[in-house]
Amino acid sequence: MTTLAHIPQLLVYGVISGSIISLGGIGVSLTYSILGFSNFAHGDFMALGAYIALGLFTLFTGLGIPSAPFGPLSFGFGFILAFILAIGLTALAVIIIDRLLFRQLRRSGPIILMMSSIGVALGLRNILQFFWSPQPHYYSQAIQPAVSVTALNIRIKPDQVFIILVAIVLVVLVHAFMRYTKMGKAMRAMADNATLAQVTGINTDRVIIWTWAIGAGLAATAGILAGIENKFITPELGWQMLLSIFAGVVLGGIGNPYGAILGGMVIGISEEVSTAFISTGYKPAVAFVIMIIMLLVKPTGLLGRKD
Amino acid sequence: MEHFVGTINYIIFFAVTAGTYGILALGLNIQWGNTGLFNIGIAGFYALGAYTSALICGLPPSAWEGRTFGGFQLPFIFGLLGAAIVCGVVALLIGAPTLRLRADYLAIATIGIAETIRLVLNNESWLTNGVWGFQQIPSPLYKTIHGATSTYLHAHPNLPIWLHDLITKSYDWFYLALVLVVLFILYLIMERLVRSPWGRVIRAIREDEDATAMLGKNTFSYKMQALVLGAMIMGIGGSMYAHYARFISPVSFKPLYGTFIIWVMLILGGSGNNKGAILGSFTVWGIWAGTDFLTKYLPFSATQSASLRVILIAVLLEVILLWRPQGLLPPKKHLFTLK
Repeated sequence: MTTLAHIPQLLVYGVISGSIISLGGIGVSLTYSILGFSNFAHGDFMALGAYIALGLFTLFTGLGIPSAPFGPLSFGFGFILAFILAIGLTALAVIIIDRLLFRQLRRSGPIILMMSSIGVALGLRNILQFFWSPQPHYYSQAIQPAVSVTALNIRIKPDQVFIILVAIVLVVLVHAFMRYTKMGKAMRAMADNATLAQVTGINTDRVIIWTWAIGAGLAATAGILAGIENKFITPELGWQMLLSIFAGVVLGGIGNPYGAILGGMVIGISEEVSTAFISTGYKPAVAFVIMIIMLLVKPTGLLGRKD
Repeated sequence: MEHFVGTINYIIFFAVTAGTYGILALGLNIQWGNTGLFNIGIAGFYALGAYTSALICGLPPSAWEGRTFGGFQLPFIFGLLGAAIVCGVVALLIGAPTLRLRADYLAIATIGIAETIRLVLNNESWLTNGVWGFQQIPSPLYKTIHGATSTYLHAHPNLPIWLHDLITKSYDWFYLALVLVVLFILYLIMERLVRSPWGRVIRAIREDEDATAMLGKNTFSYKMQALVLGAMIMGIGGSMYAHYARFISPVSFKPLYGTFIIWVMLILGGSGNNKGAILGSFTVWGIWAGTDFLTKYLPFSATQSASLRVILIAVLLEVILLWRPQGLLPPKKHLFTLK
């Protein structure tokens, strides 16, 4: 009974971690459908964003930019400013990596790009380790009391509500962008058929830049949100979530951003609920097993189309 | 003349490690170089081989250990074969759901299996002794060779220092020879295989899977065979490592040392070329070891130096991919060259 009594609480944790996994997954999915390869550096883009935010936040605090917490949240104006700038800077950094590396390798095919992304992953992670050490860094050391919602038998912190809200807002924005803007339509066209898109006069290079910008911006957001939730960041933060992210993307249907959101949520919730039954250490393995089962049952994923 | 046991130790360590990496790179060469299978979970098979061999040949659990199983004290050769078999079975399980799909799925699944194996090594103390690692793994023929060496040195107390130092390390020389012999045998087998009709089919799959399937070949089955064979060789590499290090723990098989560096070795040496795989292993390991000396002169902490070296290897990989994707020794054109 005690195990079952914990389930509502675990569902809450699952939705929080699912929000973060989904935000990471959208980028992986976009890169896959538009650029045609699995980007194994995506987790490290998350860590990069988290560390850029940390650097800016430290800088802003030094400059005396007010950082008193907003209401019940654990952070204030200075951090939010750092958060937003970090999203932009991460996108910029990733676009530069694309110009220097991925663009040159595009003709070599998806597997070379995949290999190259692993090099980028290790390079980035070790650059972060070089400047910030492998030790954890903290956005805030303050302990935030959780609020009880007695009716549902759960406890939740204001920061966690913030994480879920940010994820919802961003998912809605991405949806609106993909559905209603010209660039969004061009991205969908290119995901369907890159050659055909080019023939119809779509500037595919601009589409690629936008793809990286959106993917990297969401990755940075996911990394920073993970830092808020865990209370600390390490250079391995993104790498440790990468398997869950890929599991979510495959589960939802690789190449479909909506599938990535759905799959990320399912993976996040399954990982947390599994801790009621098996050791917490096995969370990534739970994601892996769900992914393998999906591949056996329906390789195209929950929302996938036939290749 | 001073003692130079330290130097000998280092040279042997360097060569044994490079040889072990050579074995792993040969395994990857069958999977990636010849068949085009993207395995980025080498570390998982490497660890699985090492632990399987340790469980088969190691000592039974002692009172202060967390593990309660294994340690059958069988001879080395059983550990080696057991490592290969277990890795082959795991590869079969990974290949079954993924080998019919795009290459990305196998890549993701291999990362997944490597991570899962790492979690099991950390969490299942009854089997692996958890983070404390598996200790006192016996080395083959250690007592015999070490005993004979001691007797000989005792009987000849007036040897020149250099000779004395060389002989003291007799066991390590023996192990180095063992690694090189295993590497050489595997090399010969791989060369035979890639030249056989079987080898032509897997290379054809690498070049164009659909066309190969059109010719009536069961490409799934061939890919599976290559995946399993490569994984078995990686298991042998793990076993060779375990019995040399005599102590293994989950941190010995981090993705960097276990997977990434082997990819760089194969790509630098020349994917698809067995000699290239071995050349790449010694070259990259040489660069890695050489930069260890260099970074000592830089004003950075040990962890910073380590990061710097990884960055260097990552840059090396990107440079090869950009400017010499075929590697130092490109594969020979086996396929129908018209004159």
